[in-house]
Amino acid sequence: MTSDAATATGTTHTTPRAEGTGPDQEPPAHGLGASLPPADARAKTEGTFPYAADLWAEGLLWAALLRSPHPHARILSIDTTAAAAMPGVRAVVTHEDIPGDSAYGRRVVDRPVFAADLVRHHGEAIAAVAADHPDTARLAAAAITVEYEVLEPVTDPEKAFVAEPLHPDGNLIRHIPLRYGDPDAVGEVIVEGLYRIGRQDPAPIGAEAGLAVPRPDGGVELYTASTDPHTDRDLAAACFGLEPDRVKVVVTGVPGATGDREDPGFQIPLGLLALRTGCPVKLAATREESFLGHAHRHPTLLRYRHHADAEGRLVKVEAQILLDAGAYADSSSESLAAAVAFACGPYVVPHAFIEGWVVRTNNPPSGHVRGEGAMQVCAAYEGQMDKLAAKLGVDPAELRLRNVLATGDILPTSQTVTCPAPVAELLEAVRDFPLPALPKDDPEDDWLLPGGPEGAGEPGAVRRGVGYALGMVHMLGAEGADEVSTATVRVHDGAATVICAAVETGQGFSTLARQIVQETLGIDEVHVAAVDTDQPPAGPATHGRHTWVSGGAVERAAKMVRTQLLQPLAHQFGMSTELLQIADGKITSYDGVLSTTVTEAMDGKELWATAQCRPHPTEPLDGAGQGDAFVGLAFCAVRAVVDVDIELGSVRVVEMAVAQDVGRVLNPSQLAVRIEAGVTQGIGAALTENLRTARGLIRHPDLTGYALPTSLDAPDIHIVKLVEERDVVAPFGAKAASAVPVVTSPAAVAAAVRAATGRPVNRLPIRPQSAVAAHKS
Amino acid sequence: MTLPASLDEAVAALGAMPAAVPVAGGTDLMAAVNKGLLRPAGLVGLGRISELRGWHYQDGHALLGAGLTHARMGRPDFAALIPALAASARAAGPPQIRNAGTLGGNIASAAPTGDTLPVLAALEAELVIAGPDGARREIPVSHLLAGRELLEPAELIGFVRVPLLHAPQVFLKSTGRTGPGRATASVAVVLDPARRGVRCAVGAIAPMPLRPLEAERWIASLIDWDGERGLAPDALAAFGEYVAAACVPDQAPPDDGGEAPPLSPAVLHLRRTVAALARRALGRALS
Repeated sequence: MTSDAATATGTTHTTPRAEGTGPDQEPPAHGLGASLPPADARAKTEGTFPYAADLWAEGLLWAALLRSPHPHARILSIDTTAAAAMPGVRAVVTHEDIPGDSAYGRRVVDRPVFAADLVRHHGEAIAAVAADHPDTARLAAAAITVEYEVLEPVTDPEKAFVAEPLHPDGNLIRHIPLRYGDPDAVGEVIVEGLYRIGRQDPAPIGAEAGLAVPRPDGGVELYTASTDPHTDRDLAAACFGLEPDRVKVVVTGVPGATGDREDPGFQIPLGLLALRTGCPVKLAATREESFLGHAHRHPTLLRYRHHADAEGRLVKVEAQILLDAGAYADSSSESLAAAVAFACGPYVVPHAFIEGWVVRTNNPPSGHVRGEGAMQVCAAYEGQMDKLAAKLGVDPAELRLRNVLATGDILPTSQTVTCPAPVAELLEAVRDFPLPALPKDDPEDDWLLPGGPEGAGEPGAVRRGVGYALGMVHMLGAEGADEVSTATVRVHDGAATVICAAVETGQGFSTLARQIVQETLGIDEVHVAAVDTDQPPAGPATHGRHTWVSGGAVERAAKMVRTQLLQPLAHQFGMSTELLQIADGKITSYDGVLSTTVTEAMDGKELWATAQCRPHPTEPLDGAGQGDAFVGLAFCAVRAVVDVDIELGSVRVVEMAVAQDVGRVLNPSQLAVRIEAGVTQGIGAALTENLRTARGLIRHPDLTGYALPTSLDAPDIHIVKLVEERDVVAPFGAKAASAVPVVTSPAAVAAAVRAATGRPVNRLPIRPQSAVAAHKS
Repeated sequence: MTLPASLDEAVAALGAMPAAVPVAGGTDLMAAVNKGLLRPAGLVGLGRISELRGWHYQDGHALLGAGLTHARMGRPDFAALIPALAASARAAGPPQIRNAGTLGGNIASAAPTGDTLPVLAALEAELVIAGPDGARREIPVSHLLAGRELLEPAELIGFVRVPLLHAPQVFLKSTGRTGPGRATASVAVVLDPARRGVRCAVGAIAPMPLRPLEAERWIASLIDWDGERGLAPDALAAFGEYVAAACVPDQAPPDDGGEAPPLSPAVLHLRRTVAALARRALGRALS
């Protein structure tokens, strides 16, 4: 069991059918391809695993943040005297107390640590307090008097273009006008659509928490569930006015992450307070603060026009895509690149004209949530494909098959697809998988109606629908990002240790690192060291990069250790190291002449090796949205089966059939869990998850108002096919698996609801009023 | 924190410390405390008062203890007595909440989405309020929910008096997801063959449950109480529309005459939902 986001609560059945692992082939017990369980699974299920919120230090103080109650306001004055005078309060810090840079940002430095003269979103931090009791800290934060001049918020991204600039950098963060092919091309059939995608929250299972401990040398250590510790350290150090090596981020257990965590907006005030007071300071955010503080998925407005010929082959796609970034840029520019590049989906399109914008508003901040950009456009282009199929009277799966992308085809960014792209095979697999039985065929079956047990569902009003979607994501950072990772492997006394600053976020990296070393060195006992920033950087835990670059670095380091170990033996027997093999702690030669144990060959020595993995470089999209911007692509096909109560508009997803392009299965059970979790998160985005705002204010920042899928909402998830066509440029040939089901599932659910109701369903999450239909007898 | 063992002791404890707050299941109260919205000076725990955790019978009525949990009310023996109340208790939240949350707490919190409230309104339940020195008074549950009568200081909801009607009752709830969730609308329909009445209440769409009295009287007049009791589908549908129009009314026309502004799509959907729930609930009660 991996600790995934709170969405992974479902109990789902899976039938993974990886090619090459037939029923009589036992999967290996260790090494690559084994279903090795995570080392910390037991502690996590038993509740003994220490997360950041469980940390304690002698004499620690508690931090609380004062957050803006307004989405847009000028700060006229901040008076902290009453708060600072409260007994038990040890420090109050505002924008005046930042020794270093007053702003930070992962890609663009535009976000103040504490709002100074202007607040730009609901929940923006204004001040922080450290006190000897959490209640005192909270009361003191409330006792800070801030005088605001409330300003009209800009909440409609379409109006951001003409509104007064919310930031000195202007309201337009990025514009990509993609031009590919002939603008005058016209198809025989044209369909148009307008699509709206809501604001999904990563809703991590554990809210943000951290402990900052001052160091005797004037530096500070931050203990927190960071997924990108070196970047977080650099951002924090710049704000503290310290050299980066005097700030150390120690990564505690990550209680599930589907986006960037922890938000530096929590870490930096915490470190400031520790430096200011000279005491350890702890912060454990409430769920409400968590919703207010961290980044969400970009709400998106999309306008599409698809041209096709009479047979349904795509001729041209025109689209306008508008992403709402909230007040600060964060990683929005990369999200827009993905949205524009994948705007046509995994289909061959000879001519494409895509305008993409990402703008600032006073809405809650948007940032990296897995599948960003690609998920929003998938819902839209698949809506268009359904429209086209309906207009032409062609089966939706058949229409898609006439257009699917394959290896060697060209994306609208002019990048040639060089990696495996078995899109047609994926779609055929989900299409040909038997449909679930209708409950009326088997009266013994308990039919769980939309609305759930004790709900109002009535069989006579329930319609079943089947829908298809194809999705794609890019792997690793795009547009010229340097995606390097460094890893060290140490072997001593029959056991190996991996030191790599790649954070285990639930994606399974620490288990994979153990498997890689087992495979390469034949040593079963492998430990993965805890991550901190004294280790060389490994980069953020996003876009499947750790499987690729950090896994690649671990493999190289392990191979270097292998050479060090075998070289003397090989030399002694006059054969090359390739002719020796290690398994079960024994070294044997190909002909069986030589046989010795690893312990004997080690001879009490300690072997170390450090290696780097750097994928081939990419380039930024140019002024016409053209360029080889992505290292690799991963694809997925999903067939959704839904039951809709067409009078109430309530939807229950009955089954999701998934076929995915995974390159190579490295750990079957973890792979299945990742796909199930991704599908479940996608179902949330399709049906219930929308962080609603009214005039820029978050209306229900709690898990009652923000409805995540429960085990009753999670359907049967069938992993119908895992296509193992190795990607030659990726280490092990494996592809990222977590994001692409998140991207594809919402579009599949929307397509199924469309089929059940005959309604357009052009909005996610699907509102009940969009899923009601007239009774047809 | 005091833990009285009887209702009168609890009332006395509240009288002795007026700033104290009574707590039963704590599913709403403790959430407010944890959020920092409420810092009670003291708590009077009602969990040890065994007389409140069961029920007994009195003149054709059941006298339900305010400390009955949703989990207890959801069991089959209770469902045989008051089916709609049992159904609403089973529909209220996940098992953790149902194990702790109580009937009295549901009434005292008076949340618009409280699942038992429309059932109590349809049953025209009476509350037995315990006051200082053994005083008892009775008020209709709807009076408390509407704020027409309030609890005085040092008063507690002791019991809920519910008629035993020995006839079908239905509670239906629509939510945003298949798993447990707050109602977007709920409908309770109760048949009272002795008085030849149909009583209906709609929950979650207004601060308190709404009773469509005209629709109740009209549909009761159509039912053949001595015969099959069934109704034609058209009559059921008309009842649903009648209830929905009464509970989700059109907007008033502007003062200067002219057309009333149309309802928003979300409100229209709410009206359709109420109509469907009322039609289905009555249909199931009569089938």
